[in-house]
Amino acid sequence: MSVLNRIFGERQPSSRQVAKERLQLVLVHDRIKIAPGALDRLKDELITVISRYVEIDAGSVEVTFTQSKRQSRLVADIPLIGPARRAGGTHASPAGVEGDR
Amino acid sequence: MTATVVTVTSGKGGVGKTTVTANLGAALAMLGKQVVTIDADIGLRNLDMVLGLENRIVYDLVDVVEGRCRLRQALIRDKRLPDLHLLPAAQTRDKSAVTPAQMIEICDQLRPTADFVLVDSPAGIEQGFRNAVAPADQVLIVTTPEVSAVRDADRIVGLIEAEDKGSPLLIINRLNPQMVRRGQMLSMQDVLEILAIDLLGIIPEDKQVTVSTNQGAPVVLDGKHPAGQALRNIAGRLMGQEIPLMRLEPDGLFGRLARALGR
Repeated sequence: MSVLNRIFGERQPSSRQVAKERLQLVLVHDRIKIAPGALDRLKDELITVISRYVEIDAGSVEVTFTQSKRQSRLVADIPLIGPARRAGGTHASPAGVEGDR
Repeated sequence: MTATVVTVTSGKGGVGKTTVTANLGAALAMLGKQVVTIDADIGLRNLDMVLGLENRIVYDLVDVVEGRCRLRQALIRDKRLPDLHLLPAAQTRDKSAVTPAQMIEICDQLRPTADFVLVDSPAGIEQGFRNAVAPADQVLIVTTPEVSAVRDADRIVGLIEAEDKGSPLLIINRLNPQMVRRGQMLSMQDVLEILAIDLLGIIPEDKQVTVSTNQGAPVVLDGKHPAGQALRNIAGRLMGQEIPLMRLEPDGLFGRLARALGR
């Protein structure tokens, strides 16, 4: 099937796939009922607090919502600036901060 | 007898709540159950038309609530299926004419003599929806495989779970297997993955539903149509029977070939 798709140049995702992805995205926000700007403020405050204790790469912090079944989860991926990084390592060790809604 | 009160709702309008209610009512009555269907869509009544009972209305839900008649007087018995009854909505009033407590009271009066009370909810999440859901032992959410219907269904799932009504069950209506196969429509699995609630049944898209509704004769009454079969299966599952999901189309190339030749 994928070979045929390639031959006939059907490279775009199907509208079914587009619908599913759009729904998944919009429902994350529908379910959490968080105002659009609030997530950015949360992220800024999180960076401020965590920076008091450890040195972090503030520019690479990612705060997102994920879903499993009907459980929403707030996931913060906060890369630490540690010795490995300074020594030219490829990965900063991420400190995952997870909290149930 | 102690009836189970089942409310059919959806959030979005036009996804088939009334058709599902009418057909489940008819199918349960065909299976020998005492059934009362209630149209909770006050001001926009339609269950009477879908059941073909629109010419037999004397009293309605609001007449019962306001004491102009007894509950038994407002119930219309279907002549084709003597075990099927309709309590019609008022057409000239609005949703505020009835309260959730009054809906509970009416359903409680029906419980001793019925097996199933099916409540057809209006679209939306306002008072009409609250009225319809208040008496429910089980909520059924109808959706179609479209983004707007699924999004609204998700809202309803959240509201039902917050109301302590137990887990709602999902009915996916108007699924078109060919469109799913071509990547043009959300599949059953897609919808279930997104909504994450249990499935009660899938109803395939079927032109006969329009024809049956034109005639006021529920599609389950006629044996051979796929939507009717799907709805009879759903009715059986409501009664606690284990009925596997209908095969919407044969799998694989040979199945498809057989289908293409069969047409």
